[in-house]
Amino acid sequence: MKMIQPDFRIEVDQDKCRKCGRCVFNCGFGALELKERIISDPEKCAGCHRCVTFCPEQAINVELNPLSFRPNDNWSPFLIKAIYKQAESGGILLSSMGNDKPYPIINDHLLLDACQVTNPSIDPLREPMELRTYLGRRPEKIDFEKNNGGFKMKTQAPNTLKVEVPVLFAPMSYGSISYNAFQALCMAAKELDTLMYTGEGGLPKELYPYGDHILIQVASGRFGVQSEYLNIGKGTQIKIGQGAKPGIGGHLPGEKIPRHISETRMIPEGTDALSPAPQHDIYSIEDLRMLIYALKEATGYKPVCVKIAAVHNVGAIASGILRAGADQIYIDGFRGGTGAAPFITRDHLGIPIEIAVAVVDQRLREEGIRHLGTIVAAGSVRSAADVVKLIALGADAVAIGTAALVAMGCHICQKCHTGNCSWGIATQRPELVRRLDPEWGAERLVNLVRGWEHEIKDVMGAMGINAIESLRGNRERLRGLGLDSETLHTLGVKAVGASMG
Amino acid sequence: METALNWEIDDWSDRIKTEGEKVIVDAGGVHYRTLNEKVRELANQGGKFIELRNINGQRYLGTGINKKDVKIIIHGTPGNDLGAFMDGPRLEVFANAQDAVCNTMNSGKVIVHGHAGDVLGYGMRGGKLYVRGNVGYRVGIHMKAYGSMVPAIVAGGTAGDFFGEYMAGGTLVLLGLGGKPEERIVGDWVGTGIHGGVIYIRGEVLPHQLGKEVGVLEKIPEKEMAELIALLKDYCQEFKLDLDEILEKPFLKLFPFTTRPYGKLYAY
Repeated sequence: MKMIQPDFRIEVDQDKCRKCGRCVFNCGFGALELKERIISDPEKCAGCHRCVTFCPEQAINVELNPLSFRPNDNWSPFLIKAIYKQAESGGILLSSMGNDKPYPIINDHLLLDACQVTNPSIDPLREPMELRTYLGRRPEKIDFEKNNGGFKMKTQAPNTLKVEVPVLFAPMSYGSISYNAFQALCMAAKELDTLMYTGEGGLPKELYPYGDHILIQVASGRFGVQSEYLNIGKGTQIKIGQGAKPGIGGHLPGEKIPRHISETRMIPEGTDALSPAPQHDIYSIEDLRMLIYALKEATGYKPVCVKIAAVHNVGAIASGILRAGADQIYIDGFRGGTGAAPFITRDHLGIPIEIAVAVVDQRLREEGIRHLGTIVAAGSVRSAADVVKLIALGADAVAIGTAALVAMGCHICQKCHTGNCSWGIATQRPELVRRLDPEWGAERLVNLVRGWEHEIKDVMGAMGINAIESLRGNRERLRGLGLDSETLHTLGVKAVGASMG
Repeated sequence: METALNWEIDDWSDRIKTEGEKVIVDAGGVHYRTLNEKVRELANQGGKFIELRNINGQRYLGTGINKKDVKIIIHGTPGNDLGAFMDGPRLEVFANAQDAVCNTMNSGKVIVHGHAGDVLGYGMRGGKLYVRGNVGYRVGIHMKAYGSMVPAIVAGGTAGDFFGEYMAGGTLVLLGLGGKPEERIVGDWVGTGIHGGVIYIRGEVLPHQLGKEVGVLEKIPEKEMAELIALLKDYCQEFKLDLDEILEKPFLKLFPFTTRPYGKLYAY
């Protein structure tokens, strides 16, 4: 008896199929088998399209299993199946990637302004457009002193980090993603002259040469955190929370700790890598300050970023983080991705990144401390339009995780936690990892960000803006369509139809 | 004594003197950032033996000095995060220490002649911490070992709750010296979530004090006992204690049932 029927159906056109077995070889989940013909086990199918992509005859197709429950707007098939699974196992239902539930997506209800007649637009093909962004703390004030008849800046400016494009790579730990995927991100960050965050899994020694484009993460498990590693990057990041699972820790299962991961994380092979929910040395803003300055002392005062999930009280938390001495606040919205998280936290905890950015930017301005740090927004940045809207809402830069993985072939099948990724991304199985060529991956990542760069410049030009700085927090250039007045008020954005001023 | 902290010291000359190979620094009223910068500078210039006097709450002493052969003597009470992220030096404190000593320490040795506070040795992956007196809550959380790097914490007195929580490797020893007979040697939730390493307790632990992931062994295997004795010998040398006297009372060995305590928590 099978209570749970498969999500997908695998169709093989037996006339076209020449039994080359490429689909069998390519499936990381073991859903296909070559006997006299291709036999499928749809129960194992993740719907990742690897077989479809690599079939030379276009003979295989994967589609949603049309088997239907009686239509019910209250009891969705997802909920019914969840109950079957839990009734069978008694466990926590696990998923991966980001929240896929039909909550409203605020970015899709925001529209950008453009110049017409009275205020000229700028042609980015002919005129310079500035996307360069400096991340970090700005000085309270600048003192000058007389110097040989001229003036010299007396104030020692805090250490800022320069990125040529305000798109960074989000922390995805080595362990949750493969070595090749991780290396591709390092290579692309260098090529684009931007930054990537390591995530909690450390940085393999061979990738230390990319240190100038890397921020080193320190999370509750403190995996692989030793002085050489801390100092190899441009700065450090303290992870408090993650959009997909705010307030809970991470468990990288022992199956995903082969030799090289164990070396990098500095834990024995095959043991679970447990990251407890809180960092046990941080129970308050004062404690956070203690760790921020411990990291500064350990790294010669390199910038420190604090990563939090977007939660209800995010404004006050962000204010505390900057006052505690952080140079950067990284906010991960409720749709942010993960290599593994319980459905319940992934789908029900946190708030949208658009709201969080607007609230934090507003709060910091009201308190007069916006200059103390940079806001990096993440948690489902899907397109250049999302980048522009988030910056207009108040972010200094954004970070992309899922989008970067999609550029490398990810089909968002949400099976990262199984470690069977057919695309060689979210897996540690050597035969699967081998499939992802880091150079190919890096090239696609670079292409993606360059494409976005052109698009951002295009819409900035359309708005008559020639520096990304002038767009930051420029909510006057946004209008909300189909948003309720309370949400508009929170965002600090007017409704469509409202004129300027 | 200064009332305000000194951020910048223009002239260190009346604060620093040299006695043989020992450099003595008067740290009274100096802000930790300035002080640590100076100590790192002294160590980088080849200073092997540094004595800090009039320490009063300065944090992060020993952090960022990544040299194995540097010895630092501390007089006065150091602040939190003593030896945080430290890699190599030996610190000896002739007073009590506060919270988060040896936080995420990689290697080195820290000796505390008094008591020490909470969250000692969090995420510590190498080196040793010896405390003569009592220790606070959450000691040895998430300590881990890898290859030849096996951290150890030995505390002479009693410990608070969550001793060795989430422990992933290394050795935690609690001696209960000088405690009153009716006093519990350790608080509740000992070893909750433990999935590696070992805890030795010289005294009684009741079942309700233990995390559910903890196994208890009353007869310690010979080889492990020899390792424990070697560690205690070193401890006793540092504090001039009598090893035989310590060994008169039996130890309990606490260990993880599994390296995968939460393997069955999830459904797919």
